[in-house]
Amino acid sequence: MARVTVAVSPGLLLLHRLLRRRLAAAALLVLVAVLAGGLLAPWIVPYAPQRMDILHRLAAPSRLHWLGTDEFGRDVLTRIVYGARLSLLVGGLVMLVATGCGLLLGLLAGYVRRLDGVLMRVTDALMAFPDILLAIALMAALGPSLIDVVVALATVQTPRVARVVRGAVLVLRELQFVEAAEALGATDARVMRVHLLPNLISPLVVQATFIFAAAILTEAALSFLGAGVPPTVPSWGNMIAAAQLYMQQADWLILAPGIAILLTVLSLQVLGDGLRDALDPRLRRLMR
Amino acid sequence: MTALVDIAGLDVAFPLRRSLFARPRLLRAVAGVDLAIGRGEVVGLVGESGSGKTTLARAVMRLVAPTAGQIRFDGIDITHRDRAAMRALRRRMQMIFQDPYSSLNPRLRVRDIIGEAYAIHGIGTPRDRRERAEAMLARVGLPADALDRFPHEFSGGQRQRIGIARALATGAEFVVADEPVSALDVSVQAQVLNLLQDLQQSLGLAMLFIAHDLGVVQHISDRIVVLYLGRVMEVAPSDVLYTQPRHPYTAALLGATPARLRGEIPSPLSPPSGCVFRTRCPYAIAPCASVVPRLIEVTPGHAKACIRDDVLRG
Repeated sequence: MARVTVAVSPGLLLLHRLLRRRLAAAALLVLVAVLAGGLLAPWIVPYAPQRMDILHRLAAPSRLHWLGTDEFGRDVLTRIVYGARLSLLVGGLVMLVATGCGLLLGLLAGYVRRLDGVLMRVTDALMAFPDILLAIALMAALGPSLIDVVVALATVQTPRVARVVRGAVLVLRELQFVEAAEALGATDARVMRVHLLPNLISPLVVQATFIFAAAILTEAALSFLGAGVPPTVPSWGNMIAAAQLYMQQADWLILAPGIAILLTVLSLQVLGDGLRDALDPRLRRLMR
Repeated sequence: MTALVDIAGLDVAFPLRRSLFARPRLLRAVAGVDLAIGRGEVVGLVGESGSGKTTLARAVMRLVAPTAGQIRFDGIDITHRDRAAMRALRRRMQMIFQDPYSSLNPRLRVRDIIGEAYAIHGIGTPRDRRERAEAMLARVGLPADALDRFPHEFSGGQRQRIGIARALATGAEFVVADEPVSALDVSVQAQVLNLLQDLQQSLGLAMLFIAHDLGVVQHISDRIVVLYLGRVMEVAPSDVLYTQPRHPYTAALLGATPARLRGEIPSPLSPPSGCVFRTRCPYAIAPCASVVPRLIEVTPGHAKACIRDDVLRG
């Protein structure tokens, strides 16, 4: 029988290589679960997130309330699942905005020499602030809505992406295919779109997962400090903040959202590492 | 006859800034080069690594800006043309690169690599570009099914053929070949070299053919220019250069001098005074340190930049 070569898409190949790593596969599983929970929240949780059950305040985990109830008798599991929704929404939006803006700035800084100095000094200035401090300052200036949180966190993360992209562009622009395109008469825009951008996807994907994780963590920290989304919104950070007063009597209040944050962020980090490893051979070949 | 490419007194220097406050030093990669290439003529450009060959090539292609001198292409002064104004001319002048790996974008299929030439210059309709690319592939000896594949599926020699197809896709009259075979296996070098020679003859291409050793350029070149530290040491028709080198550097490259080349090429940041080659020249005498040798014609079409007329008399 003749051997048939099947064309495998690079995406599938990457997934295959990723899933061969057990830790990364487990991380992906956790994230899919969190994502499914967040998306399907209204249909899978037994209670409404704001429903109070005054008679069962601070109830320990039981069959009715798997993760117990809080000081108003609200179901903790329900609020965790709704919190996942918020965390994923914030993390996802911050990831999109930060990678988008960072990509643009990094491309311009790396390829258009005149802009390099200015753009990199601005990113240096932004990166000189501790993340959380910059985020709090921006929140103070913007206001406490979800959009404001996204804007603040994206502002914190964008310089990181810009740095990584610029570094990759500086390597790529020295490769001869960029020079070949210039010799053919390609415009700057064409070189960036056709020759640089597709070769930046790999480092960008890896960076995006780390930003996702960092955004979730910083959002939780902002909420915990009272500088995030309004306290009525069930968010993991808000839940931990509220639980402080009761942690002696009801440790599940602080453990549940804490473990949710830990698992999600850890999974994202592991996934990012896995992606980097899975992508690495191609990166190395490209950058040789 | 006017030359297709006419380079006069070309200087290319790069400012090197060691620190923020130091005055930038100039690295003079190409220093006062005169060179004319006629239509259909192949000029070999030879010199060690660091002699400024690639910089000269990039300046001719206007990928770097010259600091002094003039470059004319078909009578048009392109020394200071901006990128937009260069675009139309780029269709007529193209470049083949040294590294068959990094010169092809790993994310593009062959049809898009070659097709980029058509897209940029608006050649043909998107529909018949595929046929054009296919015809180009056939010219360089690759099958049509290569069009839908990615560069990593090809060998070094095949990749270099793709690079050649890209360079010739726009119907260029002048092609700079920057060490097109030096990254290839010896067994493949001859094949690619033959291909280039065939294409040059059938298309009547003018070429600037760069190599770091004389062996590669011998057969393809009509004339050979020997470059050292950005300066022309010797120019001669190729058969003459090989049999009667008149400059000690050429003789050394050919292995014809008693003393082989000693040491390394000096840094272009601090070139030797007088004749730049004197530090490694077996025939150097005291005046070599003070007199900058001019390129002087010894026989018609054969010029050398050396003050010693008493050695290497052929």
